[in-house]
Amino acid sequence: MSAVEAAAVSSGKAQNGAAEAIHVENLHKKFGRLHVLKGVSLSARDGEVIAIIGGSGSGKSTLLRCINCLENPTSGIIRVNGEEIKLKADSHGHTVPADRRQIERIRSKLGMVFQNFNLWSHMTLIENVIEVPVHVLGVKRDEAIAQAEKLLARVGLAEKRDVYPAYLSGGQQQRAAIARALAINPRVMLFDEPTSALDPELVGEVLKVIGDLAREGRTMVLVTHEMKFAREVATHVVYLYNGLVEEEGSPEQIFGAPKSERLKQFIRNIG
Amino acid sequence: MLGLLHSLEIAVGATIVGLLIGICGAYGKLYGGPVVRDLLAVYTTVVRAVPELVLILLLYYAGTDLINQVLTAIGYQRVDISGLVAGIAVLGFCQGAYSTEVMRGAILAIPQGQIEAARAFGMSPGLLLRRITLPAMLPFAIPGLANLWLIATKDTALLAVVGFFELTLATRQAAGVTKAYLIFYLAAGVLYLAVTLFSNFLLGRAEKWARRGMPSVKEAR
Repeated sequence: MSAVEAAAVSSGKAQNGAAEAIHVENLHKKFGRLHVLKGVSLSARDGEVIAIIGGSGSGKSTLLRCINCLENPTSGIIRVNGEEIKLKADSHGHTVPADRRQIERIRSKLGMVFQNFNLWSHMTLIENVIEVPVHVLGVKRDEAIAQAEKLLARVGLAEKRDVYPAYLSGGQQQRAAIARALAINPRVMLFDEPTSALDPELVGEVLKVIGDLAREGRTMVLVTHEMKFAREVATHVVYLYNGLVEEEGSPEQIFGAPKSERLKQFIRNIG
Repeated sequence: MLGLLHSLEIAVGATIVGLLIGICGAYGKLYGGPVVRDLLAVYTTVVRAVPELVLILLLYYAGTDLINQVLTAIGYQRVDISGLVAGIAVLGFCQGAYSTEVMRGAILAIPQGQIEAARAFGMSPGLLLRRITLPAMLPFAIPGLANLWLIATKDTALLAVVGFFELTLATRQAAGVTKAYLIFYLAAGVLYLAVTLFSNFLLGRAEKWARRGMPSVKEAR
């Protein structure tokens, strides 16, 4: 599928009527004196694929990690599924979630895929995939296994179901991690540089899986360095620079006709 | 033989108490507030600084006395604390300080990404401990905990000083009566050795199980 076709298909799905799955407004994040995010806003409607691009240190991973409160934002509004994450200040003046159960509930609707896979090393692939459905979501074990087998087959790992992650290649581990995230039937998939830790020849197999998900209309927020891939699958691209949204728009706009000087330079350097 | 049984009872009990204290202690040291951390630092430092024999004498006599005084003060009958319970409590308290440190190290050795992944999927702290942290730290903790268990089996001998009938005291009495010192002490040594050998076998199996999913280091030489 060409870039133009992909965009046409996805933008057809992400019409105005779709509900907003993720809404981020004026988000700030400070690590001590380091001001990483300086008022970022972001929105993902059902069916949209948002690609966040930017140089290292631009805050793109931090932004993604704030959405499920792996990092606690310093200030700002985050709504997932229309539900606003309640935050409060603790005794040290840090912002922390006010309601642990709310965070856990929200997290269990967001399928996160990490740069370093982070599969649980003491569990086989099938155990990794059923872990959250069985123990967090309360799905029956045999149902979870049946579902997990389908998901592993889908990412091409059906015959590796009883293998431990350490015996697999990075590409296989990352595909298993995607299956684990899909197993919770997430409202939104969050990808944090899913191919950055992979050998170049393994990147393709992982991108193919992510691309298939995008094409079937899964809502995703994707932090990536793969510009060509972002251009192909994203419905909306956000370019972060120094903690702020420098420019955003359709892939055609961002990659075809960038307005900001910094973005032009970024695309030149990386392409 | 009754002596050996008592020794093992105490060692098993003390190790279990020690493990529970260790898990709580390690968690408190890693994730607790400043007050909890300071208290635990005092606990691990003091217990590991004072000779165990002194601690045993102190806790055994002073501890039982204190409990009885508290009980009388709030209007209960004095209780006779059995040597077994007191021994388990005292040795468990000592073991707890060491296993706190062993477990803290083991938890730190878990790749943090695995814990982060569990949080990212909405696991509650209790579930995370049970399903991820404990099993993931086990391969790093087992060698240290195995040491502690073997030390516990031999520390039971210290309880002879407070008159608890365990293997060493039983041996001394038997040897004293029969005057066959060599035979009885050798027998006691062999029994301790047998316990160690059997433990090694079980611990080896346990470590192999805990390391499932980790490629053997031999292949990576």
